[in-house]
Amino acid sequence: MMLYFLCLVLFCVGLYGVLRKRNLIKIIIGLGIMEYAMNLFFVLLGYRFHGRAPIDAKDQGILNMVDPLPQAMVLTSIVIGLAVTALIISIAIRIYERYGTFDITKIKKLKG
Amino acid sequence: MINNSKTGMTLIVKTITRLTVGLILLFGIYIILHGHVSPGGGFAGGVIVALSFVHLMLAFGKDVAVAKVSKNMASNLESIGAMMFLLIALSGFLGGSFFLNVLAKGSPFDLLSAGTIPLSNIAIGIKVGVGLFAIFLALVVLERAK
Amino acid sequence: MKAIDIIPLFVIIPLAAAFLTSLAGRFIRRSSEVIIFIASLALLGFSVYARFLLNSAPGRILVYKIGGWVPPFGICMVIDGLSVFMLVTVNLIAFFVAVYSLSYMNQYTDKPKFFTLFSLMVCGMNGVIVTGDLFNLFVFLEIASIASYALVAFGTEAEELEASFKYAIMGSVASAFIFIGIAFLYSFTSTLNMADMARILAYKQNVWVIPFVGVLFLMGFGLKSALVPFHAWLPDAHPSAPAPISAMLSGILIKTLGVYSLIRIFFNIIGSTHGYLTILMFLGVASMLVAVVLALSQWDLKRLLAYHSISQIGYVVLGIGLGTPLGVLGGLFHLFNHSVFKSLLFLNSGSVDYAAGTRDLKETGGLGKLMPVTAKTNLIASMAIAGIPPFNGFFSKAIIIIACLEKGFTGYAICAVIGSILTLASFMKVQKFVFLGEIKDKLKNIKEVPFAMLFSVVCLAIICVLGGLMLLPSLRFFLDDAVAVILRGTSYAGVVLEAASK
Repeated sequence: MMLYFLCLVLFCVGLYGVLRKRNLIKIIIGLGIMEYAMNLFFVLLGYRFHGRAPIDAKDQGILNMVDPLPQAMVLTSIVIGLAVTALIISIAIRIYERYGTFDITKIKKLKG
Repeated sequence: MINNSKTGMTLIVKTITRLTVGLILLFGIYIILHGHVSPGGGFAGGVIVALSFVHLMLAFGKDVAVAKVSKNMASNLESIGAMMFLLIALSGFLGGSFFLNVLAKGSPFDLLSAGTIPLSNIAIGIKVGVGLFAIFLALVVLERAK
Repeated sequence: MKAIDIIPLFVIIPLAAAFLTSLAGRFIRRSSEVIIFIASLALLGFSVYARFLLNSAPGRILVYKIGGWVPPFGICMVIDGLSVFMLVTVNLIAFFVAVYSLSYMNQYTDKPKFFTLFSLMVCGMNGVIVTGDLFNLFVFLEIASIASYALVAFGTEAEELEASFKYAIMGSVASAFIFIGIAFLYSFTSTLNMADMARILAYKQNVWVIPFVGVLFLMGFGLKSALVPFHAWLPDAHPSAPAPISAMLSGILIKTLGVYSLIRIFFNIIGSTHGYLTILMFLGVASMLVAVVLALSQWDLKRLLAYHSISQIGYVVLGIGLGTPLGVLGGLFHLFNHSVFKSLLFLNSGSVDYAAGTRDLKETGGLGKLMPVTAKTNLIASMAIAGIPPFNGFFSKAIIIIACLEKGFTGYAICAVIGSILTLASFMKVQKFVFLGEIKDKLKNIKEVPFAMLFSVVCLAIICVLGGLMLLPSLRFFLDDAVAVILRGTSYAGVVLEAASK
């Protein structure tokens, strides 16, 4: 239970970064922390005590493995996170070209 | 070209890179090809392949890496990788269902086994390898443009 | 190939089109346009064919097992009344938008990239609709979302980049909430198949996990569908995109990713309780009123339309939140109607932008004489969105209001009427400032837009006029099957698993 709670704390750190920081790059880092927290949480959900990695090998049974499904899904989620991060970073670089700043309080050509 | 001291990092980095970059590429290909019998697979191997090119680019400057794989070629290869994966999935229709593994499965833990799965791994490896490299290239080009 | 094999084609065709356009577009000029036209026409044809296939299917449901793996072990694709309703809506709009962008996108460079992202977005939306697996739904949702983030920034002007950044951050936070919700449901039920999940949840009632997951999904999908407390990104993102993409985003993306997923999860998996329905109705009414008031003071044509999207989504959610057969019918019918007339309005705003080079209401005027077709189709769409008979918007709004009165929510019915009147007011402003009045000097020599663009808007306008006919008894099956799926609630599980076991 403690581990899950720590995941929540990590998630909240990321959310704080997204909501409170003024620098575009720091917002992206906050988003990354959020993604790590949720991936960690999902992997931990599939863990069982004293389980071993879910790799099928010769002369070994399938007893006592951790749940492989969350690991597959987290891998997918990491790939999605990679795509989103790459896209947002390239947008942030383009914003820097146009506005000459990373400060979101100065980037406000759109009104309300 | 490689020993041109004007671009890239110092001589030490270049020498080490020259020694290791081939090994990294080989390791990536190994991970891709053994995806169905051991941990790893198309995505993990593809990332390692992409990293070998990124490594080259960091050590020797952009031009050396782009001479090996240009941006257009990377985009084309990426589309080809995706089409290959889709064709493998479509080949399942031969057996009656989308994504069906139509090839012979072989015996477990052999390199030549598991039907279409190694082929899918290769397709994904191509796509991820050149895709990540293209993303890196795009970000670097953007930085130069300002 | 068997007839059921068309189900995966809804994902295969746009995916293949996406990569073919990016590959062939670089070597053969105009090949990307041909590919995208054929692909979207084929998708429209297949979705109409799926509708008729469903009529002869036992139990009005088709289940496709990917790779031959039987659910709940493998991923399955499910087509039932609701899915096919959404499929027809999405592919109809996607086809007309694709035809429109053949001409419109000439102003931008790199058409093949645009069409690649466009078909990836269609692929994501079709995938969300046909999939029967919760994690698969998340993956397709992300494909559609990422494509739309990139498309909003397609012009790479300062405003577009800013809007896209905002949209991408908000969308990613929404996805994070949805992902955590899925993680909780997985740890609770040990399955990801939506039908199997519903079956297990049905005999595990009254646990704290379900309301918690409900709130997470409400936040996530509420952000994706821009209901009022979560709407801040939409008025920036939708106007900044190229006009065809605004039409796609407002017309179908927020409905597929937001409303459809919300309905599927709340009604068919978790099971709708009184509490969820009350929240949905309240959010619906709030969106309806707040957004329409904000829309009144806008002077940018596309921004005004974007606020109206939020307001009209409020009607859809209100109708569905009522939970009665009549309310759900009204909500779904309004969903279809809104996607038709809102796409039409956005395409028209694109035409004005294309011809006049501005979309500020203060700078345009008198375009009705120079662009007669655009002016007339815009009049039809404005009357439809404001709910003037005999256009389609009137029927759906009337059904929603009658359903409110029938269930005793007189206050909500009055709010719906007020919202409708304010909508009429703001569209009278659009007609007056854009198409009527004196022509400004610098706009004297503009022309009507090219044929492909006119074709799309005229076809959509005809659907607006004839949309009310869908309530005729012989055509009602299209809506009635979708309503039946929603009202079936969690017995969805039994139906799907029985169809899959054959």
